[in-house]
Amino acid sequence: MTQNPSPLPSYTPTRRQMIAAGTGFAALMLAPSAQATTQEMEKAILAFTGGVKPRESRVTVDIPVLLESGASVPTKVSVESAMQGDDFVTSLALFNEKNPQPNVAVFHFSARSGQATAQTRIRLGDSQKIVAVAKMRDGSYYMGAIEVIVTLPACAEDA
Amino acid sequence: MAGNMGRALISLPAKAKRGDVIEIRAMIAHPMETGFRPDSQGRLVARDIVNRFECLFEGEQVFACDLFPAMSANPYLSFTMRADMSGELVFRWRDDSGALSEEKRRIEVE
Amino acid sequence: MRRAGGFVVLGSACLASLASAEIPLDQRKSGADFISAATRAMQEDDTANPAMLSTLDGESMWNEKAGGAQKSCGDCHGPAPKSMKGVAARYPAYNVARQAPVDLSGQINACRTDQQKAEAFKPESAQLLALSAYIGSQSRGLPVSPPDDARLASFRARGEALWSQRIGQLNFSCAQCHDDNWGKRLGSALIPQAHPNAYPIYRLDWQGMGSLQRRFRNCMSGVRAEAYPYGAQEFIDLEVFLAHRARGMPVETPGVRP
Repeated sequence: MTQNPSPLPSYTPTRRQMIAAGTGFAALMLAPSAQATTQEMEKAILAFTGGVKPRESRVTVDIPVLLESGASVPTKVSVESAMQGDDFVTSLALFNEKNPQPNVAVFHFSARSGQATAQTRIRLGDSQKIVAVAKMRDGSYYMGAIEVIVTLPACAEDA
Repeated sequence: MAGNMGRALISLPAKAKRGDVIEIRAMIAHPMETGFRPDSQGRLVARDIVNRFECLFEGEQVFACDLFPAMSANPYLSFTMRADMSGELVFRWRDDSGALSEEKRRIEVE
Repeated sequence: MRRAGGFVVLGSACLASLASAEIPLDQRKSGADFISAATRAMQEDDTANPAMLSTLDGESMWNEKAGGAQKSCGDCHGPAPKSMKGVAARYPAYNVARQAPVDLSGQINACRTDQQKAEAFKPESAQLLALSAYIGSQSRGLPVSPPDDARLASFRARGEALWSQRIGQLNFSCAQCHDDNWGKRLGSALIPQAHPNAYPIYRLDWQGMGSLQRRFRNCMSGVRAEAYPYGAQEFIDLEVFLAHRARGMPVETPGVRP
Protein backbone atom coordinates (compact mmCIF):
# COMPACT_ATOMS: atom_id res chain seq x y z
CA MET A 1 0.00 0.00 0.00
CA THR A 2 1.44 3.34 -1.01
CA GLN A 3 -0.29 6.43 0.28
CA ASN A 4 0.01 9.58 -1.71
CA PRO A 5 0.80 12.62 0.39
CA SER A 6 -1.75 15.40 0.28
CA PRO A 7 -1.03 18.33 -2.05
CA LEU A 8 1.05 21.23 -0.85
CA PRO A 9 -0.70 24.30 0.44
CA SER A 10 -0.49 27.32 -1.85
CA TYR A 11 0.12 29.71 1.03
CA THR A 12 3.55 31.34 0.98
CA PRO A 13 4.46 33.17 4.18
CA THR A 14 6.23 36.48 3.98
CA ARG A 15 9.34 37.12 6.02
CA ARG A 16 7.32 39.29 8.39
CA GLN A 17 4.79 36.49 8.93
CA MET A 18 7.59 34.02 9.45
CA ILE A 19 9.03 36.21 12.19
CA ALA A 20 5.58 36.73 13.69
CA ALA A 21 5.05 32.99 13.69
CA GLY A 22 7.68 32.55 16.36
CA THR A 23 11.29 31.66 16.63
CA GLY A 24 13.57 28.77 15.89
CA PHE A 25 12.39 25.54 14.44
CA ALA A 26 8.71 26.30 14.84
CA ALA A 27 9.00 29.27 12.52
CA LEU A 28 11.04 27.22 10.12
CA MET A 29 8.67 24.36 9.70
CA LEU A 30 5.25 25.75 10.27
CA ALA A 31 3.64 28.33 8.10
CA PRO A 32 0.66 29.60 10.12
CA SER A 33 -2.05 28.27 7.81
CA ALA A 34 -0.17 25.06 7.10
CA GLN A 35 -0.54 23.46 10.50
CA ALA A 36 -2.39 20.25 11.05
CA THR A 37 -4.88 20.15 13.87
CA THR A 38 -6.21 17.51 16.21
CA GLN A 39 -9.22 17.21 13.90
CA GLU A 40 -7.02 16.76 10.85
CA MET A 41 -5.03 14.11 12.65
CA GLU A 42 -8.25 12.30 13.54
CA LYS A 43 -9.37 12.51 9.92
CA ALA A 44 -6.03 11.08 8.76
CA ILE A 45 -6.35 8.25 11.27
CA LEU A 46 -9.86 7.41 10.09
CA ALA A 47 -8.64 7.50 6.48
CA PHE A 48 -6.02 4.91 7.45
CA THR A 49 -8.54 2.69 9.25
CA GLY A 50 -11.33 3.10 6.74
CA GLY A 51 -13.53 4.78 9.32
CA VAL A 52 -12.92 2.33 12.18
CA LYS A 53 -12.11 3.89 15.54
CA PRO A 54 -8.97 2.13 16.83
CA ARG A 55 -8.97 0.58 20.31
CA GLU A 56 -6.51 2.11 22.73
CA SER A 57 -4.42 -0.92 23.44
CA ARG A 58 -1.33 -2.94 22.45
CA VAL A 59 0.52 -0.07 20.69
CA THR A 60 3.43 1.72 22.37
CA VAL A 61 5.04 4.95 21.12
CA ASP A 62 8.37 5.45 22.82
CA ILE A 63 9.82 8.99 22.58
CA PRO A 64 11.79 10.89 25.25
CA VAL A 65 9.16 13.18 26.77
CA LEU A 66 11.42 16.27 26.84
CA LEU A 67 13.16 16.95 23.54
CA GLU A 68 16.13 19.27 23.04
CA SER A 69 15.58 19.43 19.29
CA GLY A 70 12.49 18.91 17.17
CA ALA A 71 14.56 18.29 14.06
CA SER A 72 15.38 14.66 14.73
CA VAL A 73 13.28 12.99 17.39
CA PRO A 74 14.17 9.36 18.12
CA THR A 75 10.91 7.43 17.91
CA LYS A 76 10.19 3.77 18.57
CA VAL A 77 6.85 2.15 17.87
CA SER A 78 5.90 -1.38 18.76
CA VAL A 79 2.80 -3.54 18.89
CA GLU A 80 2.15 -6.50 21.18
CA SER A 81 1.53 -9.23 18.64
CA ALA A 82 2.55 -12.84 18.05
CA MET A 83 2.98 -11.92 14.36
CA GLN A 84 1.27 -15.21 13.48
CA GLY A 85 -2.18 -16.14 12.18
CA ASP A 86 -4.75 -13.42 12.78
CA ASP A 87 -2.67 -11.88 15.57
CA PHE A 88 -0.59 -10.19 12.92
CA VAL A 89 0.18 -6.51 12.31
CA THR A 90 0.17 -5.74 8.59
CA SER A 91 0.96 -2.04 8.95
CA LEU A 92 1.57 0.62 11.55
CA ALA A 93 0.99 4.30 10.83
CA LEU A 94 2.43 7.25 12.73
CA PHE A 95 0.56 10.57 13.03
CA ASN A 96 1.18 13.97 14.61
CA GLU A 97 -1.21 16.79 15.37
CA LYS A 98 0.79 20.00 14.83
CA ASN A 99 3.17 19.60 11.89
CA PRO A 100 1.96 20.94 8.53
CA GLN A 101 0.62 17.45 7.71
CA PRO A 102 -0.75 14.83 10.09
CA ASN A 103 1.05 11.89 8.42
CA VAL A 104 4.56 10.94 9.48
CA ALA A 105 5.18 7.39 8.19
CA VAL A 106 3.51 4.06 7.48
CA PHE A 107 5.50 0.92 8.27
CA HIS A 108 4.56 -2.32 6.51
CA PHE A 109 5.40 -5.67 8.09
CA SER A 110 5.56 -9.18 6.66
CA ALA A 111 5.63 -12.82 7.74
CA ARG A 112 9.42 -12.43 7.94
CA SER A 113 9.26 -9.42 10.28
CA GLY A 114 9.23 -11.51 13.43
CA GLN A 115 8.20 -8.46 15.49
CA ALA A 116 5.90 -5.52 14.85
CA THR A 117 8.40 -2.86 15.79
CA ALA A 118 10.23 -0.03 14.05
CA GLN A 119 12.46 2.86 15.02
CA THR A 120 12.95 6.10 13.16
CA ARG A 121 13.61 9.84 13.63
CA ILE A 122 10.91 12.39 13.06
CA ARG A 123 10.45 16.15 12.88
CA LEU A 124 8.22 17.87 15.38
CA GLY A 125 7.60 21.59 14.92
CA ASP A 126 6.12 21.97 18.38
CA SER A 127 5.16 20.18 21.57
CA GLN A 128 2.35 17.83 20.64
CA LYS A 129 0.72 14.41 20.69
CA ILE A 130 2.06 11.58 18.54
CA VAL A 131 -0.26 8.69 17.70
CA ALA A 132 0.53 5.26 16.24
CA VAL A 133 -2.21 3.06 14.77
CA ALA A 134 -1.76 -0.64 14.03
CA LYS A 135 -3.73 -2.45 11.36
CA MET A 136 -4.24 -6.15 12.15
CA ARG A 137 -4.77 -8.89 9.59
CA ASP A 138 -8.26 -9.55 10.98
CA GLY A 139 -9.30 -5.99 10.16
CA SER A 140 -9.12 -4.62 13.70
CA TYR A 141 -7.15 -1.51 14.66
CA TYR A 142 -5.27 -0.59 17.81
CA MET A 143 -3.61 2.64 18.84
CA GLY A 144 -1.18 4.17 21.31
CA ALA A 145 -0.09 7.76 21.87
CA ILE A 146 2.41 9.96 23.68
CA GLU A 147 2.59 13.68 24.49
CA VAL A 148 6.03 15.24 24.06
CA ILE A 149 7.54 18.65 24.79
CA VAL A 150 9.90 20.22 22.25
CA THR A 151 12.12 22.93 23.71
CA LEU A 152 13.46 25.76 21.57
CA PRO A 153 17.22 26.14 21.33
CA ALA A 154 18.56 29.16 23.19
CA CYS A 155 20.85 30.32 20.38
CA ALA A 156 18.87 29.42 17.29
CA GLU A 157 20.29 32.02 14.98
CA ASP A 158 22.08 30.44 12.06
CA ALA A 159 24.80 32.14 10.09
CA MET B 1 23.37 9.58 -8.38
CA ALA B 2 20.92 12.27 -9.38
CA GLY B 3 19.76 15.26 -7.38
CA ASN B 4 19.52 14.90 -3.63
CA MET B 5 20.02 11.16 -3.49
CA GLY B 6 23.13 10.20 -1.54
CA ARG B 7 24.78 7.23 0.09
CA ALA B 8 23.17 4.89 2.57
CA LEU B 9 24.55 3.22 5.65
CA ILE B 10 22.95 -0.18 6.08
CA SER B 11 23.79 -2.25 9.13
CA LEU B 12 22.87 -5.84 9.94
CA PRO B 13 24.69 -8.79 11.42
CA ALA B 14 26.69 -10.73 8.81
CA LYS B 15 25.68 -13.99 10.48
CA ALA B 16 22.65 -15.13 12.45
CA LYS B 17 21.29 -18.30 14.03
CA ARG B 18 18.25 -19.86 12.39
CA GLY B 19 15.09 -18.45 13.99
CA ASP B 20 16.80 -15.36 15.45
CA VAL B 21 15.02 -12.06 15.00
CA ILE B 22 17.71 -9.64 13.82
CA GLU B 23 17.68 -5.84 13.72
CA ILE B 24 18.36 -4.12 10.41
CA ARG B 25 19.20 -0.41 10.29
CA ALA B 26 19.23 1.87 7.27
CA MET B 27 20.31 5.51 7.22
CA ILE B 28 19.98 7.34 3.92
CA ALA B 29 21.73 10.61 3.03
CA HIS B 30 18.91 12.86 1.84
CA PRO B 31 17.89 16.42 2.82
CA MET B 32 14.17 15.47 3.02
CA GLU B 33 13.12 18.91 1.83
CA THR B 34 9.67 19.32 3.33
CA GLY B 35 8.07 21.64 0.79
CA PHE B 36 7.09 23.90 3.69
CA ARG B 37 10.42 25.66 4.11
CA PRO B 38 10.88 29.15 2.62
CA ASP B 39 14.20 30.11 1.04
CA SER B 40 15.93 33.43 1.78
CA GLN B 41 13.53 35.14 -0.65
CA GLY B 42 10.47 33.77 1.12
CA ARG B 43 9.60 31.30 -1.67
CA LEU B 44 8.87 27.75 -0.65
CA VAL B 45 11.59 25.27 -1.59
CA ALA B 46 10.02 22.45 -3.62
CA ARG B 47 9.36 19.25 -1.73
CA ASP B 48 11.89 16.47 -2.32
CA ILE B 49 11.78 13.58 0.11
CA VAL B 50 12.51 9.89 0.05
CA ASN B 51 8.89 8.73 -0.09
CA ARG B 52 9.27 4.95 -0.19
CA PHE B 53 11.72 2.46 1.25
CA GLU B 54 11.61 -1.32 0.86
CA CYS B 55 13.64 -4.26 2.09
CA LEU B 56 13.34 -7.60 0.28
CA PHE B 57 14.78 -10.99 1.15
CA GLU B 58 15.24 -13.30 -1.84
CA GLY B 59 12.71 -11.20 -3.73
CA GLU B 60 10.08 -11.22 -0.99
CA GLN B 61 9.17 -8.03 0.91
CA VAL B 62 10.35 -8.05 4.51
CA PHE B 63 9.58 -4.46 5.44
CA ALA B 64 8.50 -1.28 3.71
CA CYS B 65 7.90 2.30 4.73
CA ASP B 66 5.98 5.21 3.22
CA LEU B 67 7.65 8.42 4.33
CA PHE B 68 6.17 11.91 4.68
CA PRO B 69 7.84 15.33 5.14
CA ALA B 70 7.76 14.87 8.93
CA MET B 71 10.55 12.30 8.64
CA SER B 72 13.93 13.79 9.57
CA ALA B 73 16.67 14.68 7.13
CA ASN B 74 18.93 11.70 6.43
CA PRO B 75 16.11 9.32 7.30
CA TYR B 76 16.83 6.49 9.70
CA LEU B 77 14.87 3.25 9.82
CA SER B 78 15.36 0.30 12.10
CA PHE B 79 13.24 -2.85 11.73
CA THR B 80 13.43 -6.58 12.33
CA MET B 81 13.64 -9.78 10.31
CA ARG B 82 13.42 -13.40 11.37
CA ALA B 83 16.47 -15.18 9.96
CA ASP B 84 15.28 -18.49 8.47
CA MET B 85 17.92 -19.11 5.82
CA SER B 86 20.94 -17.58 4.17
CA GLY B 87 20.25 -15.26 1.29
CA GLU B 88 20.37 -11.85 -0.26
CA LEU B 89 18.72 -8.73 1.07
CA VAL B 90 17.86 -5.93 -1.32
CA PHE B 91 17.23 -2.42 -0.01
CA ARG B 92 15.66 0.06 -2.39
CA TRP B 93 14.22 3.53 -2.03
CA ARG B 94 13.04 6.40 -4.20
CA ASP B 95 12.62 10.12 -3.79
CA ASP B 96 10.21 12.69 -5.23
CA SER B 97 12.50 13.32 -8.21
CA GLY B 98 11.94 9.69 -9.16
CA ALA B 99 15.55 8.77 -8.44
CA LEU B 100 15.89 5.15 -7.31
CA SER B 101 18.68 3.67 -5.25
CA GLU B 102 19.43 0.11 -4.37
CA GLU B 103 21.88 -1.72 -2.11
CA LYS B 104 22.41 -5.42 -1.51
CA ARG B 105 23.66 -7.33 1.50
CA ARG B 106 24.09 -11.02 2.23
CA ILE B 107 23.26 -12.75 5.45
CA GLU B 108 24.51 -16.18 6.45
CA VAL B 109 22.16 -18.19 8.65
CA GLU B 110 23.50 -21.17 10.54
CA MET C 1 18.99 27.03 6.90
CA ARG C 2 17.84 30.49 8.00
CA ARG C 3 15.86 31.21 11.06
CA ALA C 4 13.92 34.05 12.46
CA GLY C 5 15.74 35.46 15.51
CA GLY C 6 15.86 33.13 18.43
CA PHE C 7 18.07 34.27 21.25
CA VAL C 8 16.46 33.70 24.59
CA VAL C 9 17.89 34.95 27.84
CA LEU C 10 16.32 33.64 31.00
CA GLY C 11 17.31 33.98 34.60
CA SER C 12 20.66 35.31 35.59
CA ALA C 13 22.83 33.18 33.34
CA CYS C 14 25.65 35.17 31.77
CA LEU C 15 24.73 38.37 33.53
CA ALA C 16 26.46 38.48 36.87
CA SER C 17 30.05 37.60 36.08
CA LEU C 18 32.88 39.97 36.86
CA ALA C 19 36.13 38.38 35.79
CA SER C 20 36.26 35.12 33.85
CA ALA C 21 38.28 32.26 35.23
CA GLU C 22 39.73 29.33 33.38
CA ILE C 23 37.93 26.04 34.07
CA PRO C 24 40.18 23.79 36.20
CA LEU C 25 41.48 20.90 34.07
CA ASP C 26 39.73 18.25 36.12
CA GLN C 27 36.37 20.01 35.83
CA ARG C 28 36.31 20.07 32.06
CA LYS C 29 33.40 18.29 30.38
CA SER C 30 32.77 17.51 26.78
CA GLY C 31 29.72 18.92 25.04
CA ALA C 32 28.48 15.32 25.02
CA ASP C 33 27.97 15.63 28.79
CA PHE C 34 25.44 18.42 28.26
CA ILE C 35 23.16 16.67 25.75
CA SER C 36 20.31 14.20 26.19
CA ALA C 37 20.96 10.49 26.56
CA ALA C 38 19.22 9.92 23.22
CA THR C 39 21.51 12.31 21.36
CA ARG C 40 24.57 10.89 23.08
CA ALA C 41 23.50 7.37 22.12
CA MET C 42 23.21 8.55 18.52
CA GLN C 43 26.82 9.79 18.61
CA GLU C 44 28.19 6.67 20.25
CA ASP C 45 26.81 4.13 17.76
CA ASP C 46 28.29 4.31 14.27
CA THR C 47 25.27 2.53 12.80
CA ALA C 48 23.01 5.28 14.18
CA ASN C 49 25.28 8.35 14.03
CA PRO C 50 24.07 10.51 11.12
CA ALA C 51 27.55 12.06 10.86
CA MET C 52 28.80 8.68 9.62
CA LEU C 53 27.18 9.34 6.22
CA SER C 54 29.53 12.29 5.74
CA THR C 55 32.44 10.42 7.31
CA LEU C 56 32.00 7.58 4.83
CA ASP C 57 31.89 10.09 1.98
CA GLY C 58 35.24 11.31 3.30
CA GLU C 59 36.58 7.78 3.26
CA SER C 60 35.67 7.47 -0.43
CA MET C 61 37.21 10.85 -1.20
CA TRP C 62 40.48 9.85 0.48
CA ASN C 63 41.20 7.52 -2.41
CA GLU C 64 39.83 9.68 -5.24
CA LYS C 65 42.42 11.19 -7.55
CA ALA C 66 41.96 14.92 -7.97
CA GLY C 67 43.42 18.03 -9.57
CA GLY C 68 46.15 18.58 -12.14
CA ALA C 69 48.45 16.23 -10.24
CA GLN C 70 45.85 13.43 -10.41
CA LYS C 71 46.81 12.33 -6.92
CA SER C 72 44.60 11.14 -4.12
CA CYS C 73 45.15 11.84 -0.44
CA GLY C 74 46.01 8.15 -0.11
CA ASP C 75 48.65 8.33 -2.86
CA CYS C 76 50.80 10.52 -0.60
CA HIS C 77 49.65 9.52 2.87
CA GLY C 78 48.72 5.85 2.49
CA PRO C 79 45.79 4.38 4.40
CA ALA C 80 44.26 7.02 6.69
CA PRO C 81 43.67 4.73 9.70
CA LYS C 82 47.45 4.57 10.03
CA SER C 83 48.73 7.86 8.64
CA MET C 84 46.00 10.12 10.03
CA LYS C 85 45.82 8.61 13.50
CA GLY C 86 46.18 11.49 15.96
CA VAL C 87 46.67 14.08 13.24
CA ALA C 88 43.43 16.04 13.71
CA ALA C 89 44.13 16.11 17.46
CA ARG C 90 47.23 18.24 16.74
CA TYR C 91 45.49 20.96 14.71
CA PRO C 92 45.61 23.94 14.35
CA ALA C 93 49.33 23.65 13.61
CA TYR C 94 51.89 26.15 12.39
CA ASN C 95 52.25 26.22 8.61
CA VAL C 96 55.66 27.46 7.55
CA ALA C 97 54.69 28.49 4.01
CA ARG C 98 51.80 30.57 5.32
CA GLN C 99 53.72 31.77 8.40
CA ALA C 100 50.55 31.22 10.39
CA PRO C 101 48.61 28.38 11.98
CA VAL C 102 46.14 26.49 9.83
CA ASP C 103 43.28 24.37 11.10
CA LEU C 104 42.49 20.93 9.71
CA SER C 105 40.23 22.37 6.99
CA GLY C 106 42.98 24.80 6.06
CA GLN C 107 45.51 21.96 5.86
CA ILE C 108 43.18 19.89 3.66
CA ASN C 109 42.82 22.85 1.32
CA ALA C 110 46.58 23.47 1.39
CA CYS C 111 47.03 19.86 0.23
CA ARG C 112 44.37 20.40 -2.42
CA THR C 113 46.01 23.47 -3.92
CA ASP C 114 49.70 22.74 -3.31
CA GLN C 115 49.92 18.96 -3.79
CA GLN C 116 46.90 17.93 -5.84
CA LYS C 117 46.87 21.14 -7.92
CA ALA C 118 43.13 21.23 -7.42
CA GLU C 119 40.75 24.00 -6.45
CA ALA C 120 40.32 24.52 -2.73
CA PHE C 121 37.03 23.26 -1.28
CA LYS C 122 34.57 25.98 -0.30
CA PRO C 123 34.08 26.57 3.44
CA GLU C 124 31.30 24.31 4.81
CA SER C 125 31.11 22.39 1.52
CA ALA C 126 29.98 18.79 1.85
CA GLN C 127 33.40 17.64 0.58
CA LEU C 128 35.45 19.66 3.06
CA LEU C 129 33.24 18.54 5.96
CA ALA C 130 33.39 14.93 4.80
CA LEU C 131 37.20 14.82 4.58
CA SER C 132 37.50 16.68 7.89
CA ALA C 133 35.13 14.22 9.54
CA TYR C 134 36.95 11.21 8.10
CA ILE C 135 40.40 12.47 9.07
CA GLY C 136 39.08 13.67 12.44
CA SER C 137 37.53 10.28 13.16
CA GLN C 138 41.01 8.69 12.92
CA SER C 139 41.81 10.51 16.18
CA ARG C 140 38.71 9.32 18.02
CA GLY C 141 39.52 8.57 21.64
CA LEU C 142 42.96 10.17 21.43
CA PRO C 143 43.70 13.28 23.50
CA VAL C 144 43.51 16.76 22.00
CA SER C 145 47.24 17.46 21.64
CA PRO C 146 48.03 21.00 20.54
CA PRO C 147 51.66 21.23 19.38
CA ASP C 148 54.17 22.60 21.86
CA ASP C 149 55.30 25.17 19.33
CA ALA C 150 56.52 28.64 20.35
CA ARG C 151 55.42 30.02 16.99
CA LEU C 152 51.78 29.41 18.05
CA ALA C 153 52.05 31.44 21.26
CA SER C 154 51.15 34.85 19.88
CA PHE C 155 48.19 33.40 17.97
CA ARG C 156 46.95 31.59 21.06
CA ALA C 157 47.24 34.80 23.09
CA ARG C 158 45.16 36.66 20.50
CA GLY C 159 42.61 33.83 20.56
CA GLU C 160 42.40 34.03 24.33
CA ALA C 161 41.88 37.79 24.15
CA LEU C 162 39.06 37.32 21.63
CA TRP C 163 37.52 34.69 23.91
CA SER C 164 37.29 37.19 26.73
CA GLN C 165 36.28 40.21 24.68
CA ARG C 166 32.68 41.41 24.96
CA ILE C 167 31.02 41.61 21.57
CA GLY C 168 27.69 42.31 19.92
CA GLN C 169 24.59 44.18 20.95
CA LEU C 170 24.15 41.80 23.88
CA ASN C 171 27.71 42.62 24.92
CA PHE C 172 28.75 39.11 25.93
CA SER C 173 32.11 37.42 25.68
CA CYS C 174 32.53 33.72 24.95
CA ALA C 175 34.01 33.33 28.44
CA GLN C 176 31.00 34.78 30.24
CA CYS C 177 28.81 31.90 29.07
CA HIS C 178 31.26 29.06 28.63
CA ASP C 179 33.78 29.65 31.46
CA ASP C 180 31.63 31.37 34.07
CA ASN C 181 28.17 29.93 33.55
CA TRP C 182 28.53 26.48 32.04
CA GLY C 183 26.06 24.01 33.44
CA LYS C 184 23.40 26.71 33.90
CA ARG C 185 20.52 27.11 31.53
CA LEU C 186 19.98 29.53 28.67
CA GLY C 187 16.32 29.10 27.89
CA SER C 188 15.87 25.38 28.32
CA ALA C 189 19.34 24.51 27.01
CA LEU C 190 22.31 23.69 29.21
CA ILE C 191 25.28 25.96 28.56
CA PRO C 192 28.22 23.73 27.62
CA GLN C 193 31.90 24.49 28.12
CA ALA C 194 32.42 24.91 24.37
CA HIS C 195 35.20 22.45 23.65
CA PRO C 196 36.24 21.76 20.05
CA ASN C 197 36.85 18.01 20.45
CA ALA C 198 33.92 16.64 18.42
CA TYR C 199 34.09 18.75 15.26
CA PRO C 200 32.96 18.62 12.57
CA ILE C 201 29.61 17.76 14.13
CA TYR C 202 26.20 16.69 12.93
CA ARG C 203 23.90 19.19 14.58
CA LEU C 204 20.29 18.06 14.70
CA ASP C 205 19.02 21.62 14.29
CA TRP C 206 21.23 22.08 11.22
CA GLN C 207 19.97 18.75 9.89
CA GLY C 208 23.51 18.27 8.67
CA MET C 209 27.21 18.67 9.27
CA GLY C 210 29.02 21.84 10.25
CA SER C 211 32.45 23.04 11.30
CA LEU C 212 33.62 24.73 14.47
CA GLN C 213 33.67 28.00 12.53
CA ARG C 214 29.98 27.58 11.70
CA ARG C 215 29.37 27.19 15.42
CA PHE C 216 31.41 30.34 16.13
CA ARG C 217 29.30 32.23 13.61
CA ASN C 218 26.11 30.93 15.27
CA CYS C 219 27.28 32.15 18.67
CA MET C 220 28.32 35.51 17.26
CA SER C 221 24.97 36.14 15.64
CA GLY C 222 23.37 34.86 18.85
CA VAL C 223 24.92 37.73 20.77
CA ARG C 224 24.08 40.04 17.88
CA ALA C 225 27.65 40.54 16.73
CA GLU C 226 28.73 40.66 13.12
CA ALA C 227 30.32 37.27 12.48
CA TYR C 228 33.78 37.04 10.94
CA PRO C 229 33.85 35.39 7.52
CA TYR C 230 34.84 31.72 7.23
CA GLY C 231 38.60 31.31 7.36
CA ALA C 232 39.16 34.62 9.18
CA GLN C 233 42.39 34.80 11.17
CA GLU C 234 40.33 35.58 14.27
CA PHE C 235 38.63 32.19 14.00
CA ILE C 236 41.94 30.37 13.56
CA ASP C 237 43.32 32.20 16.61
CA LEU C 238 40.24 31.16 18.62
CA GLU C 239 40.72 27.57 17.46
CA VAL C 240 44.36 27.63 18.59
CA PHE C 241 43.25 28.85 22.02
CA LEU C 242 40.39 26.36 22.28
CA ALA C 243 42.68 23.44 21.40
CA HIS C 244 44.94 24.51 24.27
CA ARG C 245 41.93 24.90 26.57
CA ALA C 246 40.76 21.35 25.65
CA ARG C 247 44.22 19.76 25.77
CA GLY C 248 44.08 16.15 26.88
CA MET C 249 40.33 15.73 26.32
CA PRO C 250 39.43 12.80 24.07
CA VAL C 251 38.53 13.52 20.45
CA GLU C 252 34.93 12.49 19.66
CA THR C 253 34.76 13.36 15.97
CA PRO C 254 32.28 13.05 14.36
CA GLY C 255 30.06 14.36 17.16
CA VAL C 256 26.30 14.76 17.34
CA ARG C 257 24.78 17.78 19.07
CA PRO C 258 21.20 19.07 19.33
